[in-house]
Amino acid sequence: MTAIAEATSAAGADALRRTDALQLGDDRQPRSLGLLVVAGLLWFGLGVLVLGWADAQEVERTTLFGILVLVLGAAQLLAGIGGWFAAPLARLGRFAPWLIVLALFFAAWEMATAKLDLLPLPFFPSPQAFVEVYTDDWRRLGDSLLHSVWLLLRGFAIGAAVGFTIGVALGWSKQVGYWVHPVMRLIGPLPATAWLPLAFFIFPTSGSASTFLIALATAFPLTVLTWSGVAGVQTAYYDVARTLGANPRFLILKVAIPAALPHVFVGLFMGLGSSFAVLVVAEMLGVKSGLGWYLQWAQGWAAYANMYGALLVMALMCSALITLLFKLCDKVLAWQKGIVKW
Amino acid sequence: MVALATREAAAETVFGADLDIRDIDHGFVLHGDYLPVLSEVSFTVSAGEFVALLGPSGCGKSTLLRLVAGLDRPRRGSLLVDGAEVTGPDPSRVVVFQDPTLYPWRTVWRNASLGLETRGLLKQQSHRVDDALALVGLEKFAKAFPHQLSGGMAQRASLARALVNDPSLLILDEPLGKLDSLTRLTMQGELTRLWQRRGFTVLMVTHDVEEALLLANRVIVFSDRPARIRADLAVDLPYPRHRDHPELLRLRREALELLGLARDW
Repeated sequence: MTAIAEATSAAGADALRRTDALQLGDDRQPRSLGLLVVAGLLWFGLGVLVLGWADAQEVERTTLFGILVLVLGAAQLLAGIGGWFAAPLARLGRFAPWLIVLALFFAAWEMATAKLDLLPLPFFPSPQAFVEVYTDDWRRLGDSLLHSVWLLLRGFAIGAAVGFTIGVALGWSKQVGYWVHPVMRLIGPLPATAWLPLAFFIFPTSGSASTFLIALATAFPLTVLTWSGVAGVQTAYYDVARTLGANPRFLILKVAIPAALPHVFVGLFMGLGSSFAVLVVAEMLGVKSGLGWYLQWAQGWAAYANMYGALLVMALMCSALITLLFKLCDKVLAWQKGIVKW
Repeated sequence: MVALATREAAAETVFGADLDIRDIDHGFVLHGDYLPVLSEVSFTVSAGEFVALLGPSGCGKSTLLRLVAGLDRPRRGSLLVDGAEVTGPDPSRVVVFQDPTLYPWRTVWRNASLGLETRGLLKQQSHRVDDALALVGLEKFAKAFPHQLSGGMAQRASLARALVNDPSLLILDEPLGKLDSLTRLTMQGELTRLWQRRGFTVLMVTHDVEEALLLANRVIVFSDRPARIRADLAVDLPYPRHRDHPELLRLRREALELLGLARDW
């Protein structure tokens, strides 16, 4: 009884201490709420600056940008004041330092571009130019995003399934190892992008070629990691299951694979990372849709604001997918101690 | 209802298996050389006996247990359990290893239920898991994961995992070897009580002379590698035993002498 109670309470205390350390100033709530009010006022000031100061550059959407900033500032003020009464709002206080820095950053950016025209266009667009990208071109951007996500998921799913299966087979069977291992050693380290010209030539459509390349990029790290995971399972685990009457099927599905899962997830992260790279290259070079294509297209028109806007969307997409995978990993590997947090 | 009652009654009165080990030779090939581990080992264990195998560390006792469990096949000789040749592992002969080897991804309950799951009995007989966990005092920790358990609790969980299968032969490979001395004393008592209640046969490897004499009916002393039987000591004392009983002290001296340690003690 005590062992587990001690263990859990110790772990709990540990976790508390850690989150305390992370949440700046959360232990002194009045101060962080004060900071939130300061941030709100700064954002308000930024809004006034945007709306009140005449633009030196020829830009649109200044009004919309200014209103957005004012709304954000008002929201922060309300949260800062409301935090004294409502605990959930008070928790927003930990974002205050970031919000303050962001307000100052936006002010500097706004001054240097739209207001004083210090930086050369079109390389350094103003914040309102960003806003303009999203208000005027959201249809094309959204469409590109959907195409990218769909292509990525298709390739990743195929690559993950194939890589996982080959990895398990390699770890389990010497015969499979004999035939597959040399092939994998030769071809695996080759970057998937090296296949690009060949793939676009062999496959009927650029879409299927890119799916293949993304699958290839995903499969290799996953195969290696799954393989090492399965091969590294303690023989004692198998002995236990065998004395309890397990057949080979049980040994693979219920012993080898769960024991290898931590490795499999590392492989999935690595595979997802390299699939991002292949996605962008494939879309820039062959596919006629997707964020990579959008980037290329925007560059062709010297529409740098559109390019930055697409980069931001792409960053959000990659980050969201990685986060999703980490959430899944947390859920599946809840039994593991000391898992890496994203 | 009646069927259930009789089945449970049957489960309560499991009788131990008898074991007949005939002229076993076994060894390994290491760097091209043959390394004999067991040599001409023969003994029998009758149903319900508690036999301890005692010998210097690395002498091949654990290898013998693996043969009895059916995890490995002997190079020569035969092993009969209830008159039938051992050809592979079987849930009626369960091993409790020195390390608990619980699966870290399964809760205590799901670890203990392994033996039922492999045979497809889990759905109808899940109550046996609860019973086994209660027997080792872990019913409150059914949902805990192995990393949340202390060493003694983990070893009790692995004992429960074995007991779920109602083994007729319980094979213990230094099951208490890694526990602290206090937990060890408690578990020694629990083990004898379990054995007396359930009536299974026990074959236990240990290198702790005192533990062997406290728990077993018979202590078989092995020589250094390749292991041969040096003596077969009967321990004819009632349970619970006290470690300062004069007969036990005499046997202890005898066993230590056989192990060549008399002078050091």
